[in-house]
Amino acid sequence: MQTETIVQRFPKVDDYLIEILLAVQNNNPEHYLPEKDLHYIAEYLGIPDSRVSGVVDFYTFFSTKPRGKYIIQVCDNVPCRIRHSQVVINTLEKMLGIHFHETTSDGLFTLEPTSCLGHCDESPVIRINDDVYTNLDSEKVTKIIQKYQAREEKK
Amino acid sequence: MITQPLITKRCGNIDPLQIDSALKAGAYSLLKKVLDLSRLQVIEEIKNSKIRGRGGAGFPAHIKLMSLYQENSPQKYLVCNADEGEPGNFKDRYLMEHDPHLIIEGMAIAAYAAGTSRGYIYIRGEYQKSIEIMKQAITQASAKGFLGSQILGKDFSFHLEVRSGAGSYVCGEEFSLLESLEGKAGRTRVKPPFPTVKGLFGYPTLINNVETFANFPIIMDLSGASYAKIGTPSSTGTKLLSLSGNIQNRGVFEVPFGIPFRKIIDELGGGIPEGRQLKMVQLGGVCGPIIPEYLIDMIVDYERFEVFESKTGAGAIIVIDDSQDLFELLANISDFFAHESCGKCTPCREGHAQIRKTLDKFIHYQACEKDLISLESQARIMHQTSLCGLGQSAPTSIISALYFFRNAFFDRINASNCQEVSA
Repeated sequence: MQTETIVQRFPKVDDYLIEILLAVQNNNPEHYLPEKDLHYIAEYLGIPDSRVSGVVDFYTFFSTKPRGKYIIQVCDNVPCRIRHSQVVINTLEKMLGIHFHETTSDGLFTLEPTSCLGHCDESPVIRINDDVYTNLDSEKVTKIIQKYQAREEKK
Repeated sequence: MITQPLITKRCGNIDPLQIDSALKAGAYSLLKKVLDLSRLQVIEEIKNSKIRGRGGAGFPAHIKLMSLYQENSPQKYLVCNADEGEPGNFKDRYLMEHDPHLIIEGMAIAAYAAGTSRGYIYIRGEYQKSIEIMKQAITQASAKGFLGSQILGKDFSFHLEVRSGAGSYVCGEEFSLLESLEGKAGRTRVKPPFPTVKGLFGYPTLINNVETFANFPIIMDLSGASYAKIGTPSSTGTKLLSLSGNIQNRGVFEVPFGIPFRKIIDELGGGIPEGRQLKMVQLGGVCGPIIPEYLIDMIVDYERFEVFESKTGAGAIIVIDDSQDLFELLANISDFFAHESCGKCTPCREGHAQIRKTLDKFIHYQACEKDLISLESQARIMHQTSLCGLGQSAPTSIISALYFFRNAFFDRINASNCQEVSA
C-alpha cells in the first residue's frame, strides 16, 4: 500500500505522529521508515522534519535502516535471563550466523534485543513480528526458525 | 486458598472479544448504578475504600479524583497507564486480555466522578494482543451505549481511545507518558505542577494504572466501607501479583494485602524447582529491591514493597535460586536501565555508565575495596538526584544488594586481583 494512503487515514493532528509512524513502518516490507516517508509525514502534519526525526530516534521500535522480513526480538531481562535466555540467544546467533542488530544475507531475519515482553510467566520469550513464542529452549527455538525457513522455501 | 479473585473473577470465564458474554457476567451494571449517584457520592465511596494506586507509587486514589473534580477547566483528560514495561510485571496484560470491559467500566466511572469526557488508554507497543482486544472492546462498548455521547441516556459523555507506545520503558512514568501521548519523545517534565493541574496538552489530567481503574467497579459493588475491610488497614483490597523466575508455578495471582511472601512462594508458586534453594527475591520488578531469603516472611503491603524508598509496589515477585550470580544480575539490570534512560538529566545518563564500569570489576574479579565505596556513592547519587522515577529507582537493586548481600561484595573483593595500591 502507498504510504500516502496510510497516512491520510489519520487526522491531521500532530499527536497522531507515533501512530502514523507505526502504521507506515508496519506497511513497509523491510520494516523501516525511509527518509522520504518521514518528510511526507512531517509535511502532512505540518511539523518540522526535525520533530519527526527526534521521535523516530527516541523510540526503539523505529528503524531508519532496512530490516529483515522477520524481526526476531529476544528478551534477556532478569525473568528471562534466570530461565536461560542466553541459551536461546546463542542458538539463534549460531543458527542464523548473525548477532544482535544484524540481518541475514537473504534478508529474511533480523535479530534484536527487546525490552520485557510481559510474558515472564512463560520465559524465556521471543517475538517474531507480532507472534510471541514462550517457554523456549534450544530445541524449541530451532524448530520455530526452521518452520519460518521452510515456509519461505515453498514460495 | 489464599487467593481472593475480585477483579479477576471474570477472567477465564468470559470471552474478552464478545461483550455479550461480559454483560451476562455483570459488566457495566455498576456504571448504571453509579450514574444514578452524584459525582461526589462516587468519590466518597472511593475515599471510604482507602484504595491506593496500583501502579507502584501507592498514592490514595480518591485524592487524585477529587483534584480533577475540583479543577475548573474547559477540558480535562483521563488516562489509563497500560505501559507495563517493568520487567517481571505482566498483570495488566493479563487483565486487558481477559476482561477488557472491567477496565473500561472503571474508567467510565472515574470519568463520571471527575467530570471528564475524553480518555486514553496508553498501551505499550509490545502488547499487540492487548491493543487489539482493548480496541475491539471499546468499539463494542460504544455500540452498546456504554461509551460515547449521552451514555445510558444520561447527561454524561465519555470518548475513549487506545494509543500505542513504540518501545520505551520510561513512558510508563506519568509525564513521559503524557509527552508520548502528545506525539513527542517521552522525556519527562519537571514537577510540580502535577498532571491533575497541568497534564495532557496542558489540561488537568488524571492518570491511573490499569489495575486501579479495574478496582473502581468492585468498590462500587461492595461499597467503600466493605472494600476497606479487605487486606490490611493501610493497604486495602487485593493485589495482583506477577510471579516469575525460578519457581514451579509462574503466573498472575490475586491475593488480599497482608499475605506473607513466603506463603505466596510456597503455596501459590509451589516452591523452587530442580532441587535448588531460594537465594533471593526481587520485588516490584528490576527497579525494586533484592531481598534475602530470611526476609520473605514479611507480608505484602505498600510499606513492605517500599524497601529503600523504592516505590515499586506494582506487585512483581521475581524468585531467584542459588544457581544465579548476583553480579551478573546487577549488570543485566544496569544495562537495561542504561538503554532505557532518556538522557535528559545527568545523574541518570552518566550514572549508568559509571555503575556498569564498577560492576564489571566485580564480575571480572578485579574489584578493590574502593570500588565498593564508589559503587555505593554512584548508586546513592543517582537515586537522590535523578529527575524522574526511572533514575531514582534504577540503582535500587544495587543499594539493596549492598545492604543485604554485603558479604558477597567482600568475598568477591577478597577473591579479586586488585591492582590498586591502597592509600
